[in-house]
Amino acid sequence: MSLDLIFYILGGLTIGTALMVVLSKHPVRSVLYLVLTFFLISANYVMMNAQFIAIVNIIVYAGAIMVLFLFVLMLLNLNKENEPKHSLWMTVGAMIAGGGLFLVLVAAMRDAILAAPMIDENSEKVGLVENLGQVLFTKYVLPFEVSSILFLAAMVGAVLLAKREKQTIE
Amino acid sequence: MIIKLIIVVALFAITLGIAAYLTLMERKVAAWMQDRIGPDRAGPFGLLQPLADGGKMFFKEDFRPTNADKWLFIIGPGIAMFTSLITGAVIPWAPAIQMATESIAIQVADVNIGILFIMGAVSIGVYGIMIGGWASNNKFALFGAIRASSQMISYELAMGVSVITIVMMTGSLSLNKIVDMQHGFWQDGWFSWNVFKQPICFVVFLITALAECNRAPFDLPECESELIGGYHTEYGAMKLGFFLFAEYVNMFISCAVISALFFGGYNFPGMDHFSGLTLTILGGLVFFAKTFFFIFVFMWIRWTLPRFRYDQLMHIGWKKMIPLALINLLITGVVIAYTEGWFSKNKDSESASNAKVEQPLGVNTSLEKTKTGNSL
Repeated sequence: MSLDLIFYILGGLTIGTALMVVLSKHPVRSVLYLVLTFFLISANYVMMNAQFIAIVNIIVYAGAIMVLFLFVLMLLNLNKENEPKHSLWMTVGAMIAGGGLFLVLVAAMRDAILAAPMIDENSEKVGLVENLGQVLFTKYVLPFEVSSILFLAAMVGAVLLAKREKQTIE
Repeated sequence: MIIKLIIVVALFAITLGIAAYLTLMERKVAAWMQDRIGPDRAGPFGLLQPLADGGKMFFKEDFRPTNADKWLFIIGPGIAMFTSLITGAVIPWAPAIQMATESIAIQVADVNIGILFIMGAVSIGVYGIMIGGWASNNKFALFGAIRASSQMISYELAMGVSVITIVMMTGSLSLNKIVDMQHGFWQDGWFSWNVFKQPICFVVFLITALAECNRAPFDLPECESELIGGYHTEYGAMKLGFFLFAEYVNMFISCAVISALFFGGYNFPGMDHFSGLTLTILGGLVFFAKTFFFIFVFMWIRWTLPRFRYDQLMHIGWKKMIPLALINLLITGVVIAYTEGWFSKNKDSESASNAKVEQPLGVNTSLEKTKTGNSL
């Protein structure tokens, strides 16, 4: 029983901070709320006994990617004055598009949520590294390797873009 | 439950106490290296100096710049302190006490991802500095924050790779297992401590740990000669105290991690002659002795080497440390694969490692769909 209660509290907090990402006016605060959201998502992973995924989520997203986000935003120093102006039509269009996406997501998730129990209490070993590794390197080895090639390609692309062009002044 | 609570409170108090006295130790070591006396006014041998400093910090005016972001300015030092304190939770401080019915581990939480927990805490530690530096609304503080974050992200990679090497040697992410693997001092014809098995890995970890602690020669984020005080330029009173204090806590914890990962933690030569409570106490003392040795090494480095230039810092991180750690990882992997018999023609050993994978719970059919989608 108390497990369910914790789940609801965590879920509520996660949704709350996720909403604050969108609602807060200041970009830096938005990113900080996003970091908080990642932490709460990690807490949800821990509830599902997936400690490894939880900590990797923190290390990769909260610890590295979000720091880079914050980095860029702090350098840009965005504020109200230099915010690009949106026309009314763009606001309405964005609202319709976002609402449509939300509708599709809710429609897609509706059955999934009802079908599976929130927390599988027998699944003590789901999130352990050993099991995850076994599954990842046997059953799902192709998607895993394909995504790693994608990362490699992205890395090569980033290095290529950052490479200094040859000086042609003289 | 009660025992865990006692361990938590004791760890908290000990960490803070040690961090306070590390400030004195730092000044004494610096004085010794520069042929001075160091603080000797407050109490015998200046032993009350940390208390006097703490008292001074508390009673100074709590100043906040007008245009600073109020809440983030307050939260910054808090996050720095918090992240450095939680790291100690997964370190096994002494051998478990064997009672009649149960064994009591001298560790706050024996999680099976212990070493990753430390990496996670290290990676979020940068937020305190970043938020503090940005919220100060001062260009030098911002420069310091940006330097700190890029430095910490860069060195985290090499640190992670060197940790993976140790994890591969042990076959577990749990710090308890990593320390237990280094039992005693001599095992199977070689030293059992990881430093003798992985010396390159140890060097990489030591250097990256120095950089993660923002210690000289990697103290670019607070580089006085260029940035006044770096990220804590605008801070005063106990908020500044928290930043400085968090640094010493970080140093203590990272030295504890170094001695746990590479120098056998609480293991010592001839530990099999002891048992029970004696072993626990001796093991704990040995662990603290090793930790203090590394703290001394950190201070020694600080008062010996000059500060790097910023491009040199990035050069060392990306072009020296990461390739070194990766090559070391590769060699370790090949050696482990060889000793496990992956290259031998004998298929018997291979079938053991390819044991039938059980269908884990929680992997449902929706993942099946993603798989086919990706492979197309």
